[in-house]
Amino acid sequence: MLKVHRDVCGYCGCCVSVCPEGALELIDAYLCVEKSCTSCGICVKVCPLGALEVLHEK
Amino acid sequence: MKNKYDVLIIGGGPAGAIAAKTTAEEGLSVCLVEKRPAIGVPIRCAEGIGKDALHEFIDPDPKSISAEMTGASIVAPDGFLMKLESGLAGNKVGYILDRKFFDRELVWKAAEAGADIAVKARASAPIMENGCVKGAKIESCGKISKVIADVVIAADGVESKFSRWCGIDTTVPVREIMSSAQYVMTDVDIDQHSTVFYLGNEIAPQGYLWVFPKGERTANVGVGISGKKSGEGHRAKDYLDRFIKKTFPHGKSIEYIVGGVSVCRPLDCTVADGLIITGDAARVVDPLTGGGIYNGMYTGRLAAQVAADCIGKGDVSKKKLMVYDKTWRTSKMGKAIERNYHIKEYLIKQPDAKLNEIIHSVSKLNLKEFTTLSLITEIIRVNPKLMLDLGALAASIR
Repeated sequence: MLKVHRDVCGYCGCCVSVCPEGALELIDAYLCVEKSCTSCGICVKVCPLGALEVLHEK
Repeated sequence: MKNKYDVLIIGGGPAGAIAAKTTAEEGLSVCLVEKRPAIGVPIRCAEGIGKDALHEFIDPDPKSISAEMTGASIVAPDGFLMKLESGLAGNKVGYILDRKFFDRELVWKAAEAGADIAVKARASAPIMENGCVKGAKIESCGKISKVIADVVIAADGVESKFSRWCGIDTTVPVREIMSSAQYVMTDVDIDQHSTVFYLGNEIAPQGYLWVFPKGERTANVGVGISGKKSGEGHRAKDYLDRFIKKTFPHGKSIEYIVGGVSVCRPLDCTVADGLIITGDAARVVDPLTGGGIYNGMYTGRLAAQVAADCIGKGDVSKKKLMVYDKTWRTSKMGKAIERNYHIKEYLIKQPDAKLNEIIHSVSKLNLKEFTTLSLITEIIRVNPKLMLDLGALAASIR
């Protein structure tokens, strides 16, 4: 599952534009992850600050 | 905000503001909704725009301008500097805006022209009828209201969701998102009337680093790198911090800005039944420079004109709204996007040695017209070998 490190996120929307599932939405200063997220990690890669992380379930 | 308008505009950046102003001037009822609580903030922009490009839309309040530019420099990966000057020495060629003020000024003008404005008002879903966009659900402070409109203009920026909800794929390919970070820095030694662009795979892989003056000893210092080249330990932030440590070790950061800039081709189609997509949401950013303010304003104005015309004729089908798509694609702006896309694709494939070679070919260029096109034409003139590399593209530039 995708974890948003809110203390790092600059709420810029860079991740939203590359999400192939349309699973991210920037609501003012709040990044919202929807159920359709597949944890593909594309957003993790492009984030200018490193605010996103895919957590692998144990 | 009423529950019915001729035109509903989503997003209060330059594209949305010019669309709202133009719609109101055409005599139609219009509402602009902005999801954030304030117009113009947070900034997600390096704020540069050409002089002529800006004046095509507005004679701006001096407060909208942070600094006037008379030239630019391009720094090769090895540090060699190419100076670009205007044909008329000392002539203004461009501005670094103060977007916090500029965006507000544009929205004020829209309001003055008669547009309704709603802030902290987010479009959360389109209202659709038989596949046609008929308005949007607007959420504001916990309340949801339905706003019906003949035409919706999506001007919701790089993180655009509205057109996606209407069934249009707006995904930017990873390699074509510029992952970007910028500080507004003060106490830095700069030429306050010249922008500087740094190229190179060490400094900004498949992108560039910029120093855009904001006034005396103050500048936007930022970097954009390809999403493909971004990752843990080598993100835009890392490249920027490394540059600043080396170049402006005593500078002070007074603002931290991040963002994504699309440098892909525009959307395949920028209209649907009852919907027009503009600016960054339509991916009409210049793929070479990453500049989007002019293109946003241009498409915003055109969208409003086409919407007004189609509403007047009682037909807002995709077929009729296609005039918008065709017009911008064949415009000077549309052609520049296509040409600059190819040039960008060529440049990102070049190793640093090749970039050095190109930039070393000339230490000073005097440009009659201060545009990327005349810069490229001049560079090709002094680098005849580039003609072969660029092939058919070179012919189209000449």
